[in-house]
Amino acid sequence: MDVNVKINGKDYAVKQGMTVLEAARVANIDIPTLCYLKDINEIGACRLCLVEVSEGGKPFKMVTACVYPVSEGMQILTNTPKINAARKTNLQLVLSNHEKKCLTCVRSTTCELQRLCNEYKVDEDYFKGDQPKFAIDASSPAIIRDNNKCILCRRCVAACKTMQGIGVIGANDRGFDTHIGCQFEKDLGDVACVNCGQCIVACPVGALYERDDTDKVRAAITDPTKKVYICTAPSVRAQIGECFGYAPGTDCEPQMVEALKMLGFDGVFDMNLTADLTIIEEANELISRIQNGGTLPMMTSCSPGWIKYCEHYFPEFTENLSTCKSPQQMFGALMKTYFAQKEGIDPKDIFFVSAIPCTAKKFEVGRPDQSASGYPDVDVAVTTREVGRMIQQAGIDFRALKGTEFDKPFDFGSGAGAIFGATGGVMEAALRYAAEIILGKPLEKPLETPEIRRQNGSDDGYRTATYKVGDLDVKVAVASGTKNAKQLLEDVKSGKLDVQFIEIMCCPGGCVNGGGQPYQPASVRNTVDLRALRASVLYNDDINCDIRESQKNAAVWKLYEEFFGTPNSHKAHEVLHTSYIKRGL
Amino acid sequence: MKTISELYAAKEVENSKTYPVLVTVGIATCGLAAGAGPVIDKLKELASGNADVCVKQVGCIGICQHEPICEVYVNGERFTYVKMNAEKAARVYEQHILGGRPVEEFMLTEKGEPVQNLMGTTFMKLQKRVAMRNCGIIDPESIDEYIGRDGYRALAKVLTEMTPDGVIQQVLDSGLRGRGGGGFPTGLKWRFACSNRGQVKKYVCCNADEGDPGAFMDRSVLEGDPHSVIEAMAIAAYAIGSDEGYIYVRAEYPTAIKRLTIAIEQAHRYGLLGENIFGTGFNFDVKLRFGAGAFVCGEETALMTSIEGNRGEPRPRPPFPAVKGLFARPTILNNVETYANIAQIILQGADWYQSLQCPGCAAGTKVFALTGKITNTGLVEIPMGTTLRTIIEDIGGGVPNGKKFKAAQTGGPSGGCIPASLIDTPIDYDNLAKIGSIIGSGGLIVMDEDTCMVDMARFFLDFTVDESCGKCAPCRIGTHRLLEILDRIIAGNGTLEDLDKLEELATYVKSASLCGLGQTAPNPVISTLVRFRDEYVAHVVDKKCPAGVCKNLLRYRILEDKCKGCTACARKCPVGAISGTVKNPHKIDTSKCIKCGVCMATCKFGAIVKE
Repeated sequence: MDVNVKINGKDYAVKQGMTVLEAARVANIDIPTLCYLKDINEIGACRLCLVEVSEGGKPFKMVTACVYPVSEGMQILTNTPKINAARKTNLQLVLSNHEKKCLTCVRSTTCELQRLCNEYKVDEDYFKGDQPKFAIDASSPAIIRDNNKCILCRRCVAACKTMQGIGVIGANDRGFDTHIGCQFEKDLGDVACVNCGQCIVACPVGALYERDDTDKVRAAITDPTKKVYICTAPSVRAQIGECFGYAPGTDCEPQMVEALKMLGFDGVFDMNLTADLTIIEEANELISRIQNGGTLPMMTSCSPGWIKYCEHYFPEFTENLSTCKSPQQMFGALMKTYFAQKEGIDPKDIFFVSAIPCTAKKFEVGRPDQSASGYPDVDVAVTTREVGRMIQQAGIDFRALKGTEFDKPFDFGSGAGAIFGATGGVMEAALRYAAEIILGKPLEKPLETPEIRRQNGSDDGYRTATYKVGDLDVKVAVASGTKNAKQLLEDVKSGKLDVQFIEIMCCPGGCVNGGGQPYQPASVRNTVDLRALRASVLYNDDINCDIRESQKNAAVWKLYEEFFGTPNSHKAHEVLHTSYIKRGL
Repeated sequence: MKTISELYAAKEVENSKTYPVLVTVGIATCGLAAGAGPVIDKLKELASGNADVCVKQVGCIGICQHEPICEVYVNGERFTYVKMNAEKAARVYEQHILGGRPVEEFMLTEKGEPVQNLMGTTFMKLQKRVAMRNCGIIDPESIDEYIGRDGYRALAKVLTEMTPDGVIQQVLDSGLRGRGGGGFPTGLKWRFACSNRGQVKKYVCCNADEGDPGAFMDRSVLEGDPHSVIEAMAIAAYAIGSDEGYIYVRAEYPTAIKRLTIAIEQAHRYGLLGENIFGTGFNFDVKLRFGAGAFVCGEETALMTSIEGNRGEPRPRPPFPAVKGLFARPTILNNVETYANIAQIILQGADWYQSLQCPGCAAGTKVFALTGKITNTGLVEIPMGTTLRTIIEDIGGGVPNGKKFKAAQTGGPSGGCIPASLIDTPIDYDNLAKIGSIIGSGGLIVMDEDTCMVDMARFFLDFTVDESCGKCAPCRIGTHRLLEILDRIIAGNGTLEDLDKLEELATYVKSASLCGLGQTAPNPVISTLVRFRDEYVAHVVDKKCPAGVCKNLLRYRILEDKCKGCTACARKCPVGAISGTVKNPHKIDTSKCIKCGVCMATCKFGAIVKE
């Protein structure tokens, strides 16, 4: 049902139940917000979205547009001198308690506060007064918190608690002393944080950011004793363009590869290859578990945030996790064993970098049992944002690049590998292979499983499906986001859900929405289905790929032929598999 | 207790109990703090074995400054003894209870004459007690005494004679408005939550998180008459169709918690809480939740968030609690004093309640906590519309030490100040709103001519700054910046530009904050700026504090013609700021002076002045 409202004097019919903020968007008016994130942080805390409304002929009053519902006949004014003065005062107050190191801030130019302060021409010293000084919390291997820049919008808290269902951060103290922190003022590195980084992408300012490892990469590149290689995860190519002004959903694989080569890497490889390798190992592991009475349901292990979540919150399920390393770690292990051997390089001289959409991967590289060669499989994991910064800093005109191809021998992954970056993708890829094994012959055309793909617009709950392959019913479940994972695991625990194979990705929507992906302001996050747009790049890659099944990637079988022997062989276990820790809380 | 006749029978039994001598001792927190414990112990010890004498505990009668208070009822007469201790109690027992000779020297005095009992004082005569009708009269730990005073009769009446809508209508007709601060019509609040009775889970909550500094009427009701709140909550539950209630009481009220706990247990035992009350099929239960000392948890949405187990922070409204409150269910929340009126409104009718106030004013009575520069401090329940003059000069006994009345702050830290020129304002919601203040929860702080209004505004703001939850930016940062500006002014570093900024920011914080705390926090600043702007200007332009309070703006000076050169001040000065030789006028080095005032207190000749 529609209600009729007047926005700045013009009539509009908007949906009942909409907020004033949403109604204004119908009228193409973007009301500024700092705290609002649709569905997860509708708390009316920053008070920036003040507008004047009049209902039922009553006098105009100031309300917060983000949480105030429209009503029939409502008159809304979004741009009055009173409103603008109030917003300006608000920004001046926020700025009076914000460390204004904008010149060197990681969020300079992508900062939502900075943009608004410019728009409203604020005087940054208008309300000069004391500012509490906070120590920077750099205890986590992935996420750094600088409360001196925090504006207490609580978007990070909502991302952690409401969206991810974790809640390791919250508001401590009160009044002017309020700050975001962990329970009992513990450091982030000492709590059950899974390093998903959703707090970082939720932050409108520079109060949260990933540990920047780009200097380590640059140092390695300039070290003559090192051979430096990089491989890029499926989702990086789908989003790196956003760092250079491309619209979300623009595939920039060739430019990305060229830019990385220009940075001086000795080889630029495609992680889609080890995604395929993961499928071969994981599917065989699943079949072996089914045939030999192993622990079921088996759960995927590609997402290091999910792994840590399982270890902390559901340690009883660590036996269910596939022992396969993640594609990133498999790649590193491959580089320092197979590749080193093949190329005659001492693994200690290989510096291997992975480019990933993920902050949890920074934690993963330091996990135990991830050093197949005796040296860490991966030396440094850099996020899409860090890759973007390196390219920018090197003065490379990304948008002008023609693009080039990945280096051999790891230059190719199948369409199945590409879709790893979207929730349901690993499952779909695995089923394409598993079906072939079970049936004992190739399928006529690659299996597609729309049932377990994300339904656009929604990330609530989990998805299940049963696929009849030959005589066998293959029962699967897919969840993305730890809140949904929790529900799924509880249903497995209670017996409500009976499946053989489960895919879980830590971030809602999968890696395309990872915590290491380019910043998008709330105004975009609230109005655009970013996850769908970004995932579309991967699904297009899949469709346009000649080879859409992992088992058809010849490069993978070459690895078995030359090095591992057979899937799940002893050698494969040594190099490509790992173990887990029951961490608890 | 399964039927109403059982309730009436219990009342008969209770009222048939008589004693030749009844001695009561006030053991609310105010009494206990003043030493009522040893008094009641002594009396009980002396009266043990004496079947003619009954010693019992009661709540607070209201005149807290005279605690411990002990009253003796004998031969149809009532005697009030104040400022008691165990020794005095022994003497009252010997001389009065056994000997029949009242002890006049322990009685209250008015105009130099002893007053036999409290009811004869102006302090009490002008009061009308509805919410506090049982306080200081009944033993709060005895449900029988409550029943003896018509307790639970209102609940019985609504359950058997009235429809839920009829109850709401009666509360609406009574004109009762919320006594906790907002002043929202109680009946209307109930009506908003009354749809879909029996189909959706609803909650009835009681706000007992009394947080205004200087306000303690809710504590007094909880400590003196806890059943009145429980009964009213049950009535409210019946009216809106709820079966579960929460009392959110601050943990700093241990005595109130203890008595509520006892009262709930007793009500359960009597079948007045629980299932199928009076056999009518109506179920209702009450749980206690303790507030951990956050002022903001007196705000309704913050209170509910806290009950839910989260950090006590307000939520935006709408949705209002009547639609989506506790655990996202329709909820009504009233404060203790509001509830304390309900049973009487049911029993005596809306018209009766509407007859209590002064003509043309909001309905009923209101309890005020009278403190500050006033002779009689304590709790007073007066008809709405009583003038400030009556409260201060008659009930309060005026400003002590011959000082002049300067202003009164109503509504606690969220209220505003009323200058002496408006002393004839009849106190009710609308009249106070018109002059820039609020009734709030009923705090009333009296200030005399020695009060600096800038300092006073700073004092209240300091409280709200400390109590801001930190959720919304205007309150979290804005009030803090306001305080910084006031600090500058008080320190003598303020500018005229600061005054403008103060006004601008105060107005902004008021209009933009998320909840009532922030929306009212600037009130003391705004109202003093309006009423006493000259004092602000004196601080800023002349660098002087007219009331002589703000230390940084004070100068101590020795009047040469009065100084005898006795050297006493120079010897006492802790920082050696005074110089001079014997029998010659001394001098104060203002650059060294820390303005402690020791010299002025030391001088026997009145030769030192502060200016």
